[in-house]
Amino acid sequence: MSKILVVTSGKGGVGKTTTSASIATGLALRGHKVAVIDFDVGLRNLDLIMGVERRVVYDFVNVVQGEANLTQALIKDKRIENLFVLAASQTKDKDALTEEGVKKVLDGLKSDGFDYIVCDSPAGIEKGAQLAMYFADEAIVVSNPEVSSVRDADRMLGLLASKSHRAVNNMPSIKQHLLVTRYSPARAEIGEMMSIEDMMEILAVPLLGVIPESPAVLNASNSGQPVILDQESDAGQAYADAIARLLGEERPLRFLTVNKKGFFSRLFGN
Amino acid sequence: MGLLNFFRGKKENTAKLAKERLQIIIAHERAQNRPSHEFLPKLEKELLDVIRRYVQIADDAVKVKLDRDGDVDVLELNIVLPDQVAKE
Repeated sequence: MSKILVVTSGKGGVGKTTTSASIATGLALRGHKVAVIDFDVGLRNLDLIMGVERRVVYDFVNVVQGEANLTQALIKDKRIENLFVLAASQTKDKDALTEEGVKKVLDGLKSDGFDYIVCDSPAGIEKGAQLAMYFADEAIVVSNPEVSSVRDADRMLGLLASKSHRAVNNMPSIKQHLLVTRYSPARAEIGEMMSIEDMMEILAVPLLGVIPESPAVLNASNSGQPVILDQESDAGQAYADAIARLLGEERPLRFLTVNKKGFFSRLFGN
Repeated sequence: MGLLNFFRGKKENTAKLAKERLQIIIAHERAQNRPSHEFLPKLEKELLDVIRRYVQIADDAVKVKLDRDGDVDVLELNIVLPDQVAKE
């Protein structure tokens, strides 16, 4: 049984693509066969974050329009077995995607035996974002602890519950998860940032994970390595925890408290 | 003022402010965007059809309204019967 996951947020720049890349990579590391699709037609970026930008020959729109088949368009990851990337088109306009076209590609991936299909949504609530979430079984809603991001996340949760294939056809609703990114425990502690409890109280969705604000995320994107591969880093470990929870395992939340530095570590750094 | 706050050791809690503002605006927007409103026209039409099996009523004789009273949704139905039937 294939499972379709959408990573969405409404607001741009909160970490959808970073999250899509790490979730897809993490699921593949656990032995699942995974495809990750960039739905941001015209503004392709997942390829860069996955480090496959120079290997894109055919894209999502090519497959939708019958100019290439899935086997030609899927880019096989060189690091991890069973991980494939389907890039967005950089040249076509956003109307190139249709509901039937997307369904055709998803059905093709299902029959190719993919366990997970991760849909990286564009920002906004326009057609691309609607199509990315339309066929989803589960949704990961990404939000920063910041007012506009939380408001947009709530709006997305509403749309997931009313405008998806499952909602329209009275099927069991999409399973929703909240993923908080760019969390800074130090700022939350002194009341400069909403806490995880605040965000959960407002959004009322089960928490999949909390990714701390971390230099590892930019380092990872600089080098085209999903941050989950950096298991030395806090963000990488936090994503690994989120994968475990997604697979139904219990994991305590980490990186939510401030590391108090001792006198000597203050003095000598680190 | 900054200096004063520094000596008092007191800092304005902007996170609390953010939470309060969000709770208000999100409650408001959820009420507006509630999907349940979408079935109302269909419900109205179907009620009209069912009632017409027994009584002939005008196209605008069925009014359906959904209101919110605190935590409770209230569905209000208003059906106007023609005079003759009402007398019988």
